[in-house]
Amino acid sequence: MINPLVINLVYLLLSLSVLLSFIRLAKGPSLPDRVVALELIATMVVAIIGVHAIDTGVASFLDIAIVLALTAFLAAIGFARFLERGGPRDD
Amino acid sequence: MIEILVSIFLLSGASLGLLAAIGIIRLPDLLTRMHASTKSGALGTAMIMVGVMLAFMEPVVTFRAFAIIMFIMITSPVAAHVIARAGYFVGVSLWDGTVKDMLKESYDPESHYLRSGFEGMDDDGETDDMDESEDQAR
Repeated sequence: MINPLVINLVYLLLSLSVLLSFIRLAKGPSLPDRVVALELIATMVVAIIGVHAIDTGVASFLDIAIVLALTAFLAAIGFARFLERGGPRDD
Repeated sequence: MIEILVSIFLLSGASLGLLAAIGIIRLPDLLTRMHASTKSGALGTAMIMVGVMLAFMEPVVTFRAFAIIMFIMITSPVAAHVIARAGYFVGVSLWDGTVKDMLKESYDPESHYLRSGFEGMDDDGETDDMDESEDQAR
C-alpha cells in the first residue's frame, strides 16, 4: 500500500495546479488562453483520476480517465474550429 | 520496494503538473504558455499513469494505463498545434521580446492565405529569387 502521506501530497500538488490554471482560465486575456487553460485542467483531472484509482484500489476509474481525455481533445479541436471560423469572441 | 517506485513516479508526475500550471500562469504569451502546459502536463500525466501500472500490476490495468499514455501523447501535440494556429489567425498579440515571427512574411491576414514559399515554381518567372543552378536544371 502506498504511504497515505504521499497520496495526500500528490493530491495537494495536482489540486494546486488545477487552481492555478483556473486563475488563468478566469483572467486570461484572450479566448485561446482560456482554451489552453481548459486543456491543462482536463489533463490534470485525468492525473487526479489515476491517483484516485491507486488510492481506492478500484481500477475501473481508468475508463473514466480515457473518456475524459477523449472529450478534452474533442473540445480543444472544436474550440479551435470555432475560433478559426470567426465566431463571436468576448476577450 | 515497489511502493517507493510508485511514490517516486507519482511525486514527479505531480511536480511536473504543478510546473505546467506555474508556467501557464507566469509566462507572458499564448504560445509560451502553450509550450509550458502541453509538454509538461502530458509528461506529468504519463508518469502518473506509469505509477498506476506499477501499483496495480495487472495486465488489464497496464493496458488501460498504456492506452491513456498513448492517447495523451498523440492528442496533446495535435490540440496544441490547432489552438496555436487558431490563435495566430485570430490575431493574438505576441510577446514584446519576440525576436522572429517567420509566419508574418508569408501570411496574409486579409485574404487568409498562407504562402508556402514555393509559389511560382511551375508558372514561369513569378519568383525571381530562384537560384541559377535550379534554372539550369530545368
